Amino acid sequence: MSNTVIHAENISRKYGAVQALSEVSFDVTKGEVFGLIGPDGAGKTTLFRILTTLLLADSGSASVEGFDVRNQYKEIRRRVGYMPGRFSLYQDLSVEENLDFFATVFNTTIKENYHLVKDIYVQLEPFKKRKAGALSGGMKQKLALCCALIHKPGVLFLDEPTTGVDPVSRKEFWEMLGNLKRGGISILVSTPYMDEAEKCDTIALIQKGSFLKIDSPENIVNDFGHSLWEVSGKNMFALLKDLRSFPGIRSCFPFGDTHHVTFSDESISSDKLKKFLELKGHEDTFLRRGKAGIEDCFMNLSHEDDIL
Amino acid sequence: MKQFFVFIKKEFRHIFRDTWTVIILLVLPILMLVLFGYALSTDVKNTEIAVIDPSRDAATEKIISLLDLSDYFNVSLTVESPDQIEDVFRGDNPGLILVFSENFYEEIMHTGEASIQLIADGTDPNTAVTIYNYATAIIMSYQQELLRVQSFPYEINITPRYLYNPEMKSSYNFVPGVMGMIIMLVCAMMTSISIAREKETGTMEIILVSPMKPIVIILSKVVPYFFLSCVNLATILLLAVFLLDVPIAGSLFTLVILSFIYIFVSLAIGLLISSIANSQIVALLISGMALMMPVMYLSGMMFPVENMPLPLQFASHILPAKWYIAAAKKVMIKGLGFSSIVKEMLVLSIMAVVLISVSLKKFKTRLE
Repeated sequence: MSNTVIHAENISRKYGAVQALSEVSFDVTKGEVFGLIGPDGAGKTTLFRILTTLLLADSGSASVEGFDVRNQYKEIRRRVGYMPGRFSLYQDLSVEENLDFFATVFNTTIKENYHLVKDIYVQLEPFKKRKAGALSGGMKQKLALCCALIHKPGVLFLDEPTTGVDPVSRKEFWEMLGNLKRGGISILVSTPYMDEAEKCDTIALIQKGSFLKIDSPENIVNDFGHSLWEVSGKNMFALLKDLRSFPGIRSCFPFGDTHHVTFSDESISSDKLKKFLELKGHEDTFLRRGKAGIEDCFMNLSHEDDIL
Repeated sequence: MKQFFVFIKKEFRHIFRDTWTVIILLVLPILMLVLFGYALSTDVKNTEIAVIDPSRDAATEKIISLLDLSDYFNVSLTVESPDQIEDVFRGDNPGLILVFSENFYEEIMHTGEASIQLIADGTDPNTAVTIYNYATAIIMSYQQELLRVQSFPYEINITPRYLYNPEMKSSYNFVPGVMGMIIMLVCAMMTSISIAREKETGTMEIILVSPMKPIVIILSKVVPYFFLSCVNLATILLLAVFLLDVPIAGSLFTLVILSFIYIFVSLAIGLLISSIANSQIVALLISGMALMMPVMYLSGMMFPVENMPLPLQFASHILPAKWYIAAAKKVMIKGLGFSSIVKEMLVLSIMAVVLISVSLKKFKTRLE
């Protein structure tokens, strides 16, 4: 168990009448990138705040690097790096001043741990005299990551680090996380983007305060357990409605320019569906076998009761 | 220790990089003092007087010239008949109309009785009363002159003397008041806003999840504003002495010690507000509504506490500013020593200790 960096057991937390988290349990092992995948309001930030000792859970227990979040919070605060969901640096301080400030607050200097942030900081270096508030979204996140890394934390908590960041910067950001992981840092990261889930070692799908599933992205995809069809046509909206009225349909969700469909009876042939759709007036429908992604799994798991 | 200094440096950067903060902190105090000292003075000077004088004899002319010669009045208008009084007030709007009775001098000499009517604009009662008092004093002085001429056997001389403020300057009252207000503004409002800002922008989250001890966070938030309050105190005192001619009659040392205690109280109030307020606007509203307004109206700076209804008097007693302003007046204006402000010092010290311990206790090591 010494390999466990974060351990959470049956954590529950309420805000007034809203149950933000209910009975959440999971483990993060050393050197792993653990992703919390779920929509806004699923309880990701609450979980981060509990683990970073900013909030107390109503019930359940959790530890980070072996220290209890309730009683040994001072130890944890010495050892973790935390990047809150919104940009939380001083907008009126320059890039350099921000980094210097956080380095000192964490009892270190930029010089001492420069090697940790070097890869990221070189991109910021040309703007080091610029006020943090005047940086682009991607640059802000890089700076925030630098500030969270400068004191050589054992665990990084990144709450939606790529929300509101352009696709190129998002990609770069995940590459950086890969490098950090190789450097031995464990990372707990949350994201509402399903495509980022595949870059994690383990993911937890979270919805309405509960974990739907915890596993590696591959296993989650492999466990989908249904054959998936991609259907497209001219009138996508009417198509969705008619697909859902097809007898034997199990699930049907719009996914970009196609609808992802599963059948409750695997023996149903695509021809039968095609004919059904033609009768409904859909010509030129296009059907093909697809491969389930994380998002399909998420939809599948989160709609277990009312699958349509 | 290094954390502490870096934090303070950061705090000063926040302050000096925001133009409005600089204005509020450093320019506003000067502006307020100058405003209260000059523009908003309650002294009445150069009031225009209109005169209705049917007698036109030696006595009335003497009285008119006495009034005209004084700093307080300018005799600018002569009105022919009492019927025009209304029109005069509507038109030229003098501060005062003087109506002499007919055959003024003769009446005095023969019957010993003559009358003057003073008609003032009652829409502003304070000014009206002040003008009335000034005018009466001047007329009385003429009367005494007359008595001396006539060698009247008995005479009661009334000689008013305003202790500590012989010229009755309103700045003597306002300087301690402005000090009380500015210190409260700088310490309580600015401290609470600066902490609330860290909560609002989320930086407080990161700082909390750091090895910094809460006490260090608090101290480094408070020290810059303590320093700025001292700067303000010095500016106000210098301006008071050299610009407004308000002397520091008592010991400067006692005044500074007293002000330090008051600064501590104000800082503690700021911390307390920040523990309730999660956003800058809430911090601003609380410190504005709950601190500035009472300090202005209830501290005795504008209206005497003794004239307030009982509940308000009670409210005034729990205001630190009331005690500070009262004590500052004693030291600055009356020149009294430490022994005479022991009560105020004690009250302020107890407030400081209680508020500081409560605010330290209330400072959250977590978000909730």
